Parts: sequence; C-alpha cells; structure tokens
Amino acid sequence: MSERHAIPKRIRATALAMLLLGFFALPVFAEYGDVILNHRAEQEGMRPVIYPHWFHRIRFRCKVCHNELGFEMRAGANDITMADIIDGKFCGMCHNGQVAWSVENCDICHSGRKGLKTRIMGGHETGGPGRW
Amino acid sequence: MGQHGKARWYSLALFFTGLWLPGPLFAEWTPLAEDGLHDPDNPALEVMQNPGDALSRLPRDDAGDVGNKVRWVQALEQGYIEPRTNIFPETKIEVLDLDIIMKHTGSTAYVRFPHKPHTEWLDCSNCHDKIFKMKAGETPLSMLAILSGEYCGRCHGAVAFPLVLCNRCHSVPPDTLENKVNQRQ
Repeated sequence: MSERHAIPKRIRATALAMLLLGFFALPVFAEYGDVILNHRAEQEGMRPVIYPHWFHRIRFRCKVCHNELGFEMRAGANDITMADIIDGKFCGMCHNGQVAWSVENCDICHSGRKGLKTRIMGGHETGGPGRW
Repeated sequence: MGQHGKARWYSLALFFTGLWLPGPLFAEWTPLAEDGLHDPDNPALEVMQNPGDALSRLPRDDAGDVGNKVRWVQALEQGYIEPRTNIFPETKIEVLDLDIIMKHTGSTAYVRFPHKPHTEWLDCSNCHDKIFKMKAGETPLSMLAILSGEYCGRCHGAVAFPLVLCNRCHSVPPDTLENKVNQRQ
C-alpha cells in the first residue's frame, strides 16, 4: 500500500458531507412566486396552502386579485379564513364553482408539505429589512 | 480493505451523488411532486398542472434560469396569453403610456420606468399612492430598500423579474460629461 493512493482526511470528510447532504437534505425547486400560506392551515389539521402565481397570471392580470379582490401585495399579509372564502371573499370570488372550481377540492390548495413557513419563494429574500 | 478499494468506493459514491444532484438543478421546470414544496403523497397532484406544461409554451427569458424563465410582458403583448383584466363588469381598466427616467442612480445607468407594461398587469392604485407618490421624484427610493422588498422590490424579486437583472431597469446610459463630449465629436 503506497502513500500515493491514500485519500487525505479533508477530502474524505468533504466527500462524506456531500453524500449526507445529497441524500438527506431536501432540495427546494419551487416555481418563482409560489406562496406558502400556513398561518392557520396546519394548526387546523390541513396541509399548508401553496398559491402558484405563475398559474394564475396566465389567466388573470395582477390587478384582478390585487385591486378588485383586495389582496395586499405582501405574502402572508392577508388574514384569510375558510369562512371568508366560502362567503365569496378573496379566493372565493372565483373559487365558487363558477369562475373556477369550488372549495370542496381541499387538496388542490392545501397541497404543501408539513412544517412549511408562510413566505414567498422569490429570487431573493423579500421579507423586509434586517436580512443581512 | 486496502486504500485502492476505499478509493474505488469513494469515487463510486461520488459518481452516484453526482448523478442524483444535478437532476433537478438542470431541469427546465420542476414538476410539482418533486419541487420540495408540494406533498408528493397528495392525490390531487394528478389533476394539477405542472409548471413546465404551461410555461414551456411562453417566450423564454434569454437571461437563463431567472424567475419563471418566462418573459411575461412579451407573453402578454404578443398574445401568447390573454389574462382577464377584471371580474366586476364596472371596473375601469386604465393603461398609461408614460416613461419616467430616474437620474439619481449614482454611477450606474439611469432607470427607465415604463408605465405601459406595468399598467397592463396592474391597476394605478396598486402603486399609487401607497407605495409610490404620484409626483415623479418624490418617492425616497434606494436600492437597499428595493432589495429589502420595498418599492419596486414588492414585485421584482418576488413575482416579477428578479433584481439580479440590473440592466432591465438601469437601461439608459447616463448623461455624463464624457458622453456629451463623445456626442460632439
């Protein structure tokens, strides 16, 4: 056994760390603009909501939700309950079985993994100052 | 096991890690079941549209892997998509064709803000007067605030093209002495 073939400890450790990271860390490749809503959902026994901006903006301009329907332009700033939606407010303006499918399709919105925090999946952090 | 054997195992392990890792990194658009956000056991995934099914048909962003990899303004202007402008029939739809040139940009190019593409998507009241004052030059803009998610950063960096694409906003060469001299020659 010659010294030439010995693997330095540092490289061994790095390789092992890469392996562990590769197999156990969950990479996130969410679509740009996906919003996670989990102020209430998981406490109430439902999966977090994933709101896809990309899907909606193909069909509606921003102004429909952010002007007509009154959604604040800040992820998590809209305190929405299922009761509001069933009453025809916010998402319920369209998700009423007329413009779009109705609220009995729980799993289409409540589709996130457990433990996700409310935020927007943007290109950088847009959660406000104090990020550095 | 000798050192040769160990080296073989390490290289084999690294090789397979290498195969596994870049998959999603170089994928065009990640399917919902693999995006790390959606619960892969959710039966409703079967009826949900995957991003690639829709976004691959829209004009590609030549900047590469930024945002949704889509030029949304072009998609709208060129008729690839026809998103609804309103739900209520009485809502007034306003589109303003007015460029604002912002010159307090330090040593970088001036900013051209085009109202037209912005008002195609948004209503005046989305920005005025809550985020931007009506009068040009009266809003205390700074890149620090924008990068923190204020002003332009409300959308750019979250849903509209991200802030790494400096030249899309800083697009007007500054009116420097050097430029003036060059123009006279």
